[in-house]
Amino acid sequence: MTKVDIVEAIYEKVGFSKKEVAKIVESIFDIIKEHLQHHDKIKISGFGNFVIRNKRARRGRNPQTGDDIEITPRRILTFKPSQVLKASLNQKEVKSDTPVE
Amino acid sequence: MNKAELINKVSEQTNVTQKVAKVIVDTLFEGMKESLQKGERIEIRGFGSFMVRNYGGYKGRNPKTGEIVEVPPKKLPFFKVGKELKEMVNTVGKV
Repeated sequence: MTKVDIVEAIYEKVGFSKKEVAKIVESIFDIIKEHLQHHDKIKISGFGNFVIRNKRARRGRNPQTGDDIEITPRRILTFKPSQVLKASLNQKEVKSDTPVE
Repeated sequence: MNKAELINKVSEQTNVTQKVAKVIVDTLFEGMKESLQKGERIEIRGFGSFMVRNYGGYKGRNPKTGEIVEVPPKKLPFFKVGKELKEMVNTVGKV
């Protein structure tokens, strides 16, 4: 699936042209990106959370040369899927007494 | 920011009503969810990609009772941050 498929699905539900829908879809991702860059997490209930984590500097190694290097502090983005999304991927396998981690 | 706030912002920035913005945002995430359910990979250029990874079952233990339990195979969604967004997120902290 790409943006094209997302645009198609939305196009079928609203009375806009595909071009207009494509612009809106683009803005949605831009808003999310901008928020993650300048602020903090995005929580989409039923889907998951996009979370920013601050990583401290640490020692690492260049796996190719074995050289000891310093990994600089950085901000990274992680996605934590919601329980609903995880459960929906395992519908057939999930038994009621199975804890979904 | 949660989904309701995202919908507000989309409505403001694109001049569509809140109601329409809600339909659009819901359809977007619902579509991505359905796509993952089918085991498809999702690629959003400039943002990142989502994929489903399969995990085999294993024998685990209930930490409370010590009882051995069979953990069934499962599927988990994974998100790989796109290069552009990865760099975007990392630039702010340094400014």
